[in-house]
Amino acid sequence: MSEFLSYFRQDRLPHIWCPGCGHGTVTGALVRAIDRLGLDKNKVCVVSGIGCSSRAVGYLDFDTLHTAHGRALAFATGIKMARPDLKVIVMTGDGDCTAIGGNHFIHAARRNIGITTIVMNNETYGMTSGQFSPMTPKGMLGTTAPYGNVERSFDLCELAKAAGATYVGRSTSYHVPLLIDLIEKALQNDGFSVVEAVTQCPTYLGRKNKLGDAVQLLNWIKDQAVNVKAAAVMPKEKLEGKFLIGELHNGPAPEYSAEYGELIARVQRSFENVKGGLWECASNSD
Amino acid sequence: MSEQKKVYFHTIREKWCKGCGICVAYCPKKVLELKDGKVVAARAEDCIGCHACELRCPDFAIEIHEASGERKHEAEHVDFALPPEAHHA
Amino acid sequence: MPKTVKLMQGNEACTAGALAAGLRFYAGYPITPSTEIAELCAEELPKMGGCFVQMEDEIGSIAAIIGASLTGKKAMTATSGPGFSLMQECLGYASLCEVPIVIVNVQRMGPSTGMPTSPAQADVMQARWGTHGDHSIIVLAPGNVRECFELTLRAFDLAEKYRVPVIVLTDEVIGHMREKVELPDPRDIRPFNRAAPRSPAGYKPYAADPDGGVPLMAPFGAGYRWHVTGLFHDETGAPSGKSDVADKLIRRLDAKIENNVDDICEFSGEGLEDCEIAVVAFGSSAMSALSAVRRARKEGVKAGLFRPKTIWPFPAKALREVALHAKTIVVPEMNLGQLALEVERIAGCSSKVVKLGKVNGELFRPEEVYAAIMGEADNGGTGQGSAKAGEGAK
Repeated sequence: MSEFLSYFRQDRLPHIWCPGCGHGTVTGALVRAIDRLGLDKNKVCVVSGIGCSSRAVGYLDFDTLHTAHGRALAFATGIKMARPDLKVIVMTGDGDCTAIGGNHFIHAARRNIGITTIVMNNETYGMTSGQFSPMTPKGMLGTTAPYGNVERSFDLCELAKAAGATYVGRSTSYHVPLLIDLIEKALQNDGFSVVEAVTQCPTYLGRKNKLGDAVQLLNWIKDQAVNVKAAAVMPKEKLEGKFLIGELHNGPAPEYSAEYGELIARVQRSFENVKGGLWECASNSD
Repeated sequence: MSEQKKVYFHTIREKWCKGCGICVAYCPKKVLELKDGKVVAARAEDCIGCHACELRCPDFAIEIHEASGERKHEAEHVDFALPPEAHHA
Repeated sequence: MPKTVKLMQGNEACTAGALAAGLRFYAGYPITPSTEIAELCAEELPKMGGCFVQMEDEIGSIAAIIGASLTGKKAMTATSGPGFSLMQECLGYASLCEVPIVIVNVQRMGPSTGMPTSPAQADVMQARWGTHGDHSIIVLAPGNVRECFELTLRAFDLAEKYRVPVIVLTDEVIGHMREKVELPDPRDIRPFNRAAPRSPAGYKPYAADPDGGVPLMAPFGAGYRWHVTGLFHDETGAPSGKSDVADKLIRRLDAKIENNVDDICEFSGEGLEDCEIAVVAFGSSAMSALSAVRRARKEGVKAGLFRPKTIWPFPAKALREVALHAKTIVVPEMNLGQLALEVERIAGCSSKVVKLGKVNGELFRPEEVYAAIMGEADNGGTGQGSAKAGEGAK
């Protein structure tokens, strides 16, 4: 059986995603990055929220947690702080992460907690069949934007960087080798890492906006992507309506759970004799 | 004598393939085709082992392996039983 | 080691009880009147290698303690009305996924912002039915500072034993008042720890006796590589939409509580053997009710106090026995009659239930409860009625 398949709960495949949906491709990229790093499967914990993308964790052979809509990062914070030795990964969608989950996203980034967040951005709410999301480009159609989306969308990577994430990268379900490289480096960053993967939703975004099938959608995405290194030497107007792919920020900083670990050590040194806490009543409760 | 051309074979998991056509579209050597909504390696001998199909497949339904000399290169069709959840989905 | 005697605040006693149970993870958000619990956890947990996290809101707080509990740690949060409302969705998640957690709800006048520094008891129904769907949950109600210690400790034992979320329901008075408390010798405390599987081989995270069985619970990070989802799930933890799976799961979760009420339910009281007028009260209302009952007794009225220490599930069997001879039951509570509905359900056909609601942000004065008792004693307790406490009962 292939090395790659050993990371999956194969009895639960094929997965539920539509033919041509990009979520499978991004999930595969994550698994390939984990395989390259040779992470211990028993020390990896993958947490997700609600939505098409969040069903990914059910197929992965790790400790996996499929939580409430928008709350994956908050659940993951509890896991990371309770077990800083675990490699904690969050798989989330554009709606799950930046709409209902936006508050937890910016705070996890601010704290620089050791969590790698993979945002599978198909620019729509797929599970609920095609409403616009905070990442849907202005002007596009959604079942709740029948006359065109009048809202501006986030630049998720700028948002992550501004909130304090110490590794930020973007790729797409077309640029898979780049996506794997970014995830690999994100997993190695000892802090809050964000990798956005722009991906195709042929069933809803594609159909509603008459962008064709999965392949045509992938080409549509490819045509909007400009590598950050190339963009540096391109005239500004050429970048109009494009988004950057590649490593967008890499500024390591102290990781939150490690900082708290040092706090514990410092406190325990200064309270030598206190085994059971203020009321000695916890002394035998280890 | 030119270096002996490498040979690749395709592991195809038919039950998982949903016939989306991404692999067929992006194979640089047009090796793959869809037959009854499933991918087949029609011209396996043209495969250059670039793994584009494997990396982009959303369903983990195709894998490329370098043949070690004697291995013939017709596709190996693997039958994976449908999971309980699929009945529900 | 001699018993330690301390002057303690209710919130402080809750924290001490949690630490005695083995609390090692607290995530919370500041909210009057529960914040002292967060402050004390921030101070005490690091000493024991535990972790305190102040999250960005109450939703994050309960989500974080569920995550921590899944790694095997005992985890708690504390809040009050507005935060408790925000926690409801994840409370249902913890119930369906059977993750042991403890939530202290220090009630204050509501709804909405209400009167943050005034006591109330109007979250009784929310504590049971706040989250959507049928779900299993346990709610304990300390009646004094010592019980804040004892019932928070017991909350962890019940959470670990039945893999359910447990609410410790206090109020601003119980939480903030100080009393002399004798703490038990730590060596006598035997915290209950969740039953864990012996090895990953063949581990089914949700396999249990359909008649209220509690599955073995493996910690994350120990090689079990199991799946937890808020979707309905089969024994392996895989999501399932099958009707028989759903029916079996919901009924098992419900049976975990309903089949074990004798083990879970606790109450205390005075004069219950022969009372003709029983007063049912919990938390801080029970303190005033107790002195009213004692005063009535001195004056020859056969009054008794029935104080449930578990609100959900309510100690129904015990109350029915009392109702055999208590033809009138007065229910003083700082709301417009919530626990009274449960009393009516249990004893309404055999006894007259008198709702005594006080909703002005003040505690009951003993004479208010005394007046209600004597009022019932004078008119022989016939017909249904409800007296209004506070302004009315001057």
